[in-house]
Amino acid sequence: MITQQQPTQGKVSSFADQLTAVGIRIQEDKPLPGMTAQLKLRSKDWGFAAKVAAQNKLRWSAVWGDHRPPKIIIRALLFGVDGHLLLQTEVTEGSPELPSQAEFFIVASRPERYLQDMFGVRFQEKKDNRRWIRHQAWLETDFPLRQTFPVAGNPVENTKPDNNYPFPAVDGEGVYQIPVGPVHAGIIEPGHFRFQAMGENILRLEERLGYVHKGIEKIAVGRDLDGLIRLAGRVSGDSTVTHSWAACQAIERALEINLPPRALSLRAILSERERIANHLGDIGAICNDVGFSFAQYQMSRLRELWQRQNQLIFGHRLLMDLFVPGGVSVDLSKDDILNLQLEIEQLRPEVEELLPLLLECPSLQDRLRDYAFLTTADAQRLGAVGYVGRASNLQDDLRRDAPYAPYDQLDVKVPAFSEGDLIKRMRVRGEEILISLDLLSKLLKQLPEGSLSVDYSLPGREVEGVGLVEGWRGETLAYLRLDDQGKVLRYFPRDPSWLTWQALEMMLDGVIVPDFPVCNKSVNGSYSGHDL
Amino acid sequence: MNGWILAIVQTSLLLLCAPLLTGWVKWIKCKLQSRQGAPPWQPYRDLFKLFKKEVVLAESASPIFRVAPYIVFGVTVLAGSVVPMFAIGLPTAAIADVIVLVGFFALGRFFLALAGMDVGTAFGGMGSSREMTISSLAEPAMLMAVFTLAMTVHSTNLASMTRYLLEQPLQLYPSFVFSAMGLLLVAVAETGRIPIDNPATHLELTMVHEAMILEYTGRHLALMEWGAMLKLMIYGMLLGDIFFPWGIADSFAPLPLLIGFLSLFLKLFLLGLSLAIMETGLAKMRFFRVPQYLGLAFILCLLGMLSHVILEIN
Repeated sequence: MITQQQPTQGKVSSFADQLTAVGIRIQEDKPLPGMTAQLKLRSKDWGFAAKVAAQNKLRWSAVWGDHRPPKIIIRALLFGVDGHLLLQTEVTEGSPELPSQAEFFIVASRPERYLQDMFGVRFQEKKDNRRWIRHQAWLETDFPLRQTFPVAGNPVENTKPDNNYPFPAVDGEGVYQIPVGPVHAGIIEPGHFRFQAMGENILRLEERLGYVHKGIEKIAVGRDLDGLIRLAGRVSGDSTVTHSWAACQAIERALEINLPPRALSLRAILSERERIANHLGDIGAICNDVGFSFAQYQMSRLRELWQRQNQLIFGHRLLMDLFVPGGVSVDLSKDDILNLQLEIEQLRPEVEELLPLLLECPSLQDRLRDYAFLTTADAQRLGAVGYVGRASNLQDDLRRDAPYAPYDQLDVKVPAFSEGDLIKRMRVRGEEILISLDLLSKLLKQLPEGSLSVDYSLPGREVEGVGLVEGWRGETLAYLRLDDQGKVLRYFPRDPSWLTWQALEMMLDGVIVPDFPVCNKSVNGSYSGHDL
Repeated sequence: MNGWILAIVQTSLLLLCAPLLTGWVKWIKCKLQSRQGAPPWQPYRDLFKLFKKEVVLAESASPIFRVAPYIVFGVTVLAGSVVPMFAIGLPTAAIADVIVLVGFFALGRFFLALAGMDVGTAFGGMGSSREMTISSLAEPAMLMAVFTLAMTVHSTNLASMTRYLLEQPLQLYPSFVFSAMGLLLVAVAETGRIPIDNPATHLELTMVHEAMILEYTGRHLALMEWGAMLKLMIYGMLLGDIFFPWGIADSFAPLPLLIGFLSLFLKLFLLGLSLAIMETGLAKMRFFRVPQYLGLAFILCLLGMLSHVILEIN
């Protein structure tokens, strides 16, 4: 395990100077709360700025649009060792042309296709302009996230079959295609995987997602803040705490609310509990996908006990709807704290006993070691976050590298490995469980007294905020713009799955078809969080 | 006449008991994973349920797809009827020797693989291709083991093999030890158990046997499932007959028959137990390791043959 700290290397604070040095005209704005810097660019410099960012080793994190007639504001988020930088430009809705950043940050390709589908932004000189999220349910001229588009959509009688998606062909003798999904034999979310294979060898995999598009961003518009948090908790069921926290943080930063320390600690407790539950489940599921069901049942048992405790103490197995703007809606009594501490002491020895057992089981090692590599170079090129990145030594963890309260008071260890194979992605999860247990006992021990939430006043003007939280899958973003009444004008949640789904396509070098499910499980991207 | 009645009874018992063996293995596995588990007779309920359900056929299904379940099931029953269960000397034993038995299995597999490809889904084709890869390596090993045994007992008839072994004083043949190990590996591969195939998986891409029957429903599926259960039982009986023949009845008197039945019960009980323990402790093997695994089986069987030729003749 690598203990040396090594987050993304670039610095966002010097980015403005670097842009000026190459002759890009920029306008430095006062950064939004939580951001280190904010730069406005002319739209024609959009692609070139990405090139400079890539050269300076910044990590590309997200891009999203915001329709403010007659303009569409485009924003991209970059991460450096000293924090986040917001890059902004605008295009007119009449001719929304923008240079693509995908050439310099491959991971930007799909988010740009998403922008193209939802806002009608046309990316110049971009190789891949295929539809991404829209499939055939909307007309070529419909752009759902423009303000003129009705929330209910323009339903057509029968949706056209989505059968001519142009997957690039791989030719050659004996090459064939395997279409998998969107309906699967197991109970998982829908997504389509297209393999080009030769015999059992995977030559190429391409994902096709978007089957669980729910219109989260569109239905968020006009909601009040409580309604928004409820919605944010449903972006992806397994990350309900993460997305709720990110949205709350965005609100609180926008409205400049200072949270009571007790609320912050409780939020962290909920977040770590979510992390532990999901990692427990994932470790079992990875083993189960290579036919080792013993691990699956042991881990499911631990996860089940953990979630029952959630139900008992917090009133919800997945910890849904416990966040409110300005605080939390749940408190812990002295007894609850004792119970939770006791539970930690029960879980830790079990995990400490099970993990080595799994990591040393020869037949499991045979399947998981030295297989499905994501190299450090690829992880950096991609900006893979969370456990996928950490297994390949891209360590970025906002709790350590851009800490938000209460993590700024805590010493968060980040486990990392350099190999990036299947078993390392499993080990990172195991180590994170143990680290989270430590954090939990510290948080419970030092739980400050005080109120659970604070009252806040509505802004009285249009405000915006960005929330950034390290969820169990990785860096999770929520962008929010509110009107003077506190109603939502724009909500954009970016699940880390946007970044990790693409890692899956890159790790299949030399992998055979029957081993794909375990590779998929080792990444475990969220379909719902991605499809919005 | 007695013999024929007994043969019919035996085959019916085989049909009846096969789901119990599968259920027993599943139940033990559940217990080993500290789960409550469905009772061992759950497979009966599953089969009953499937037989009641209507059959849904793919539009592209040809008649082969429809007849395959009957052929696969029928051939498996036929194969089962020639393997001594709790008595030897049944008239059915004369129908076929052990080489024909291997042929029966191959015939069933041929139709299974055809049916897998018939509907034209990617998974069916993948399953058939994998099944053929596995069996093309497993069959030579199995035949090699069979030949070794046949050379010792001077017969390829299963009943005479068992009788010969029972009449011999107890002695350890090196060739038998090697063949037993080889045949055990083959049996695990041929019945689709972990570490070769995972009968409990829901992951289409990893399936072998399940992928071929993915498109089946209702009674067709029931027959396919039942056929697979029979196959497990037949391999169990085969291993018992050849390597642990003690207890099997060599006359049709009630007492030997009872002992034969009880000993069979005990053998399958233990076999199921060891299968469950092995499946709990092992992960599934990477598919490209299967040739090595079956290569090992073949080498073991070959060693059995060599040690017979070198050590045991005279």
